Amino acid sequence: MARRNRTGVIWGLAAVLSVSAGAAQADSTITIATVNNGDMVVMQKLSAQFEQQHPDIHLRWVVLEENVLRQRVTTDIATKAGQFDVMTIGNYEVPIWAKQGWLEPMDNLPASYAVDDLLKPVRDALTYNGKLYGLPFYAESAMTYYRTDLFDKAGLKMPDAPTYEQIRGFADKITDKAHQVYGMCLRGKPGWGENMAYVTSLVDAEGGQWFDMQWKPTIDTPAWKKAITYYSDILKTDGPPGATSNGFNENLALFGSGHCGMWIDATVAGGLLYDKKQSSVADKVGFAPMPTGSYKGGPTWLWSWNLGIPASSKQKDAARAFVTWATSKEYIRLVAKENGWVSVPPGTRQSTYDSPDYKSAAPFAGFVLNAINVANPKGATEQPRPYEGAQFAAIPEFQGIGTQVGQTIAGTLSGQSTVDQALKTAQSATERTMRQAGYPKK
Amino acid sequence: MQDSLLQRVTTAITGWAVALLLFFPIGWMVLTSFKTEGDAVKSSLAFTPTLASYGEVLARADYLSFALNSVVVSVGGTVLALLFAIPAAYSMAFHPTARTRGTLLWMLSTKMLPPVGVLVPIYLLFRTAGLLDSRIGLVLIYALMNLPIVVWMLFTFYKEVPNDILEAGRMDGARVFSEVWHLLLPLTMPGVASTGLLSLILCWNEAFWSLNLTSAGAAPLTTFIASFSSPEGLFFAKLSAASTMAVAPILVFGWFSQRQLVRGLTFGAVK
Amino acid sequence: MPSVIVLLAWMIVPLVMTVWFSFQYYNLVNPEAAGFAGLDNYEFLVTDPDFWAALTNTVILLGSVLVITVGFGTLLAVLFDQPFPGRNIARLLAISPFFVMPTVSALVWKNLLMHPIYGVLSVAMRAVGLEPVDWFAQYPLASVIAIVSWEWLPFALLILLTAVQSLDHEQREAARMDGAGAIAQFFFLTLPHLSRAIGVVVMIETIFLLTVFAEIFVTTSGGPGNASTNLAFLIYARALLQYDIGGASAGGVVAIVLANIVAFFLVRSIARRLEV
Repeated sequence: MARRNRTGVIWGLAAVLSVSAGAAQADSTITIATVNNGDMVVMQKLSAQFEQQHPDIHLRWVVLEENVLRQRVTTDIATKAGQFDVMTIGNYEVPIWAKQGWLEPMDNLPASYAVDDLLKPVRDALTYNGKLYGLPFYAESAMTYYRTDLFDKAGLKMPDAPTYEQIRGFADKITDKAHQVYGMCLRGKPGWGENMAYVTSLVDAEGGQWFDMQWKPTIDTPAWKKAITYYSDILKTDGPPGATSNGFNENLALFGSGHCGMWIDATVAGGLLYDKKQSSVADKVGFAPMPTGSYKGGPTWLWSWNLGIPASSKQKDAARAFVTWATSKEYIRLVAKENGWVSVPPGTRQSTYDSPDYKSAAPFAGFVLNAINVANPKGATEQPRPYEGAQFAAIPEFQGIGTQVGQTIAGTLSGQSTVDQALKTAQSATERTMRQAGYPKK
Repeated sequence: MQDSLLQRVTTAITGWAVALLLFFPIGWMVLTSFKTEGDAVKSSLAFTPTLASYGEVLARADYLSFALNSVVVSVGGTVLALLFAIPAAYSMAFHPTARTRGTLLWMLSTKMLPPVGVLVPIYLLFRTAGLLDSRIGLVLIYALMNLPIVVWMLFTFYKEVPNDILEAGRMDGARVFSEVWHLLLPLTMPGVASTGLLSLILCWNEAFWSLNLTSAGAAPLTTFIASFSSPEGLFFAKLSAASTMAVAPILVFGWFSQRQLVRGLTFGAVK
Repeated sequence: MPSVIVLLAWMIVPLVMTVWFSFQYYNLVNPEAAGFAGLDNYEFLVTDPDFWAALTNTVILLGSVLVITVGFGTLLAVLFDQPFPGRNIARLLAISPFFVMPTVSALVWKNLLMHPIYGVLSVAMRAVGLEPVDWFAQYPLASVIAIVSWEWLPFALLILLTAVQSLDHEQREAARMDGAGAIAQFFFLTLPHLSRAIGVVVMIETIFLLTVFAEIFVTTSGGPGNASTNLAFLIYARALLQYDIGGASAGGVVAIVLANIVAFFLVRSIARRLEV
């Protein structure tokens, strides 16, 4: 205790000194943890301009791949170690962490930040008890990508609102394995944020859900069976080889190099597939909404990468300056100026979608905006559910559960198990985990 | 040499075939690093070499700072492990007790604990001690990580030293410290060197603790790799370039020091 | 002796913490549910349907890699002991994989070599008219074994080569004089001479092979199903992924116990030869 008091005195002194020194603020260095996705790499490059505008703030970057980053920042924030001042986190983490009091609320934002310009569904997903706990850097829903040239060749036309049934028929027709063209690419790599993101939205579309109101897992229900049978069948007949190792990135590479006929995945891929530098099919990409199943209007897909400030940060003001800069309208304009409108971080601001420049540079813009607006992450599944989230269940246990069930379901693709076996295994494994975690609660 | 010519030619061909086969993945990685992202997914040999991927990797991350951390941390961890292990191995080899053997094996078995099982206890310790994202912290953990192997290897080397030599020294009134320093170390130097080299290589390649215990300041090359693996979009060429840069120093070092490594091993455990 | 005690103390602190946490309910992202758990964490892990599969996979991985590396390592050691032009350079190339970081090896194998569409292997197979194999889906554990063997073969080669070279040349000449053929020489002279070196290889490799993680994490994520989940990955997936520290610690303790069992057998079979 004595030691802590002394430190307190020193801090007090320091505070007095800094106040007496007037406006001359001490330089601060903030550490930013972020994912190695393209948009964040651009942010890191452009941050030199932020440092110019704020000569008293220095930035240190920790750029890691998604899974490593998540483990890293979660350990840090949960142990209140304070290694990071800005963290890049998903809309899965924000409400869970806010509930624990680990994040700084983002209130008192300046009027110029135009918080109302942030898309409402995205904003809502980051709100806990009426306060924002993270600012969105980019956001995505999901849609269907298809190759217009292959559709033309096969004499097919993509409807405005395709159903899963129709999609299946298209996939069968355009698959041409001799030329390494596979009718349908979907995520197969096990992981709660990989195959289970897609599978969860597919299950929702077929009228299923993860848990019933008593928190009992509902994986052994007909809705799941219908969804997984569809998923497994279409990938086995029309999917690329190696589907069990394909996550978002792998599929993006496959589609971009001309190996996929269709692909249902995150809207953020639109900008990348449309970029001639990264995609050999840039002029042959068509877009359609996510297919629908037997239950329409339920939750589909909403993900955002957000910048948040941990409560353990010692440089909150500097961190806040950076976070508001990187998620501002000005930042979006800056990216547009440097890299072109098609490369701006999508899905966060109405003003982006109102911009005529963006609309002409990104023909998929309308689809994305619409998909985000109907993503409905807090909406109802066919049966009532006790949790929120679109392509995930917003409870801390979901990472482990999703990954375990994801592994089991990947087993149906490689023929290691049948759909029935897999669902039975997944059901009992999830029951186990939920029991261990102390459910049902409350 | 009565071997027939045919036999010698076969030996040479097999030897080279095996060597090239084993080296192929590394060679291919280096080759891919000079391709554009578009060529990298085509896996053909016809391409115009470009340094673009290297340029991009260097523009995004401060390679030298990562590399420097790798050097400091690997050397530090190795030296510290040796400092602890030399006296410990000494007392185990020359003043064994009934429990020595059990202790040694138990130590080796702790090395089989998967690091994922102890991450959070260590993280909490490090937070309290203020060791997160510090080179000292990594040095400590690397030394701890390699101690069992280092102790065991040194132990086998010491076992080879005839007790008489030390006895003679002891007669001359040498204290324990000078016994180790003036007699044992010079005698077992090749062994100590190869143990050190092995530990150095293991430290350099360690990727779990370095990823989890550092952020920006003390991050070594394994963290550098993690910022280029599986991002969005095509990444094979950039990944190859980053990997080549991360592997090159230790590979070259390994090539130059392998004689030393082998010489030490001949002396001790393997003989 | 004091140095040994210091050493043990240093190593014991994390271990004691792990044992302590293994009896606690302690979840990082769910701090409310804390408290004494008794054997709950252990029960949860050991009754996991994947636990035995993971254990089997761990043992298969260990066994196969040991057999492959020691087997090929011995053959290659004899091969590289023969003089041939450029032998030194060939040897350098052959031992290179040992210096490559496991994460990098896994990434290179997964993306550049074994990828069913872009990988060199699949391109080669298509070139000769074969259907490319989807390695990580069809042979997940075998693929992981291949990668890990590639990493450790050079180590075995290095150690065994050292041993082969220390074999007395006069002895060999004598054997040859007695009319022993190359094969007989190998079995009656070289192999017995190598037994100790093989012991060293097995010992050191076992230590690392029981905790293989990066290779699985990068390539198969333990799947499909549980086909390539080993104990280290199971602990990661069940406990660390949901920040269940109690569970992860229990997993660590179970792993230590298993390691000690393995160590016990090691002592029985080879340590005697190592004069430990």
